Amino acid sequence: MISCSQAVEQLWEYLEQELDEIRRAEVEQHLAFCRRCCGELEFARELRGFLSDAARPQLPADVEGRLTSFLDHLEDPSTDPDGSTTDATTTDGTTSTTQGDRP
Amino acid sequence: MTTVRPSFGTVVEPHLPWLYSLARRLVGDPDDAEDLVQRCLLKAFRSYDRLRDVEALPAWIKQILVNCCRDYFRREGRAPDEEPLGELEGYSLYRTLAVEDPLPYSDSLHLDFLASFTTEDVWAVLDRLKGLHRIPLVLVHMEGYATEEVADMLDVPQNTVLSRLHRGRKYFERELWAYAEDQDLLREPQGASR
Repeated sequence: MISCSQAVEQLWEYLEQELDEIRRAEVEQHLAFCRRCCGELEFARELRGFLSDAARPQLPADVEGRLTSFLDHLEDPSTDPDGSTTDATTTDGTTSTTQGDRP
Repeated sequence: MTTVRPSFGTVVEPHLPWLYSLARRLVGDPDDAEDLVQRCLLKAFRSYDRLRDVEALPAWIKQILVNCCRDYFRREGRAPDEEPLGELEGYSLYRTLAVEDPLPYSDSLHLDFLASFTTEDVWAVLDRLKGLHRIPLVLVHMEGYATEEVADMLDVPQNTVLSRLHRGRKYFERELWAYAEDQDLLREPQGASR
């Protein structure tokens, strides 16, 4: 039977169902006999939920304003990134060909 | 009949909230997150004409954001070498809590420990991690991607993602405890305001 350290090392993969059949059976065999590692498993489950449930950072209004203005500027370079219109010559950035990212 | 393609700004603007929140989770600092989103928008704008299906925009622009994040860590010199975990390999926050017993009056020590962290605390702890470990941790456990998908996004083998995840979890557990000690999160009784 695998040791406690070997079992604990695989608990997250076990929860993510990423262990192959043999390793999963080994972990389950160990958990059937080890109360401490059952506690470790339960805590790993709680910690997973703790991460997944962590609230998403909200988009602050001022940041949203700047990003929206930036979008406006991309489409209309005569617009300053802060949203105002200028007489400045359009800057480069809208016609250059760059290596795109994988879709 | 020619289909009029919607403007870039029109299709992207509704996605700004989750783009920013993902950037914030990936790089931590709010100013860096905003800068990252702007870089992402610029790259996406330049490639928009080549996006065949506008319906695929969310996944497409998320990939661009992740790519920008990788560039960010390389540029900032935050691509650390993989060091051996050493003693951290055997670290267990579960065991640490059981031994230290920071909440002696608690009937559910481990749950109460996690409950002592606010969302801001979680971000602060994540910010203590190096990008190499934070990125897969965020993508898998907060954004819900499978490790195979993350491997594809980061253009690394799946085993590399699994290794970084394993390390990331260890560092995250260690930093949760260190942060709780540094910030005196466990000093006050449960329910007291901070």
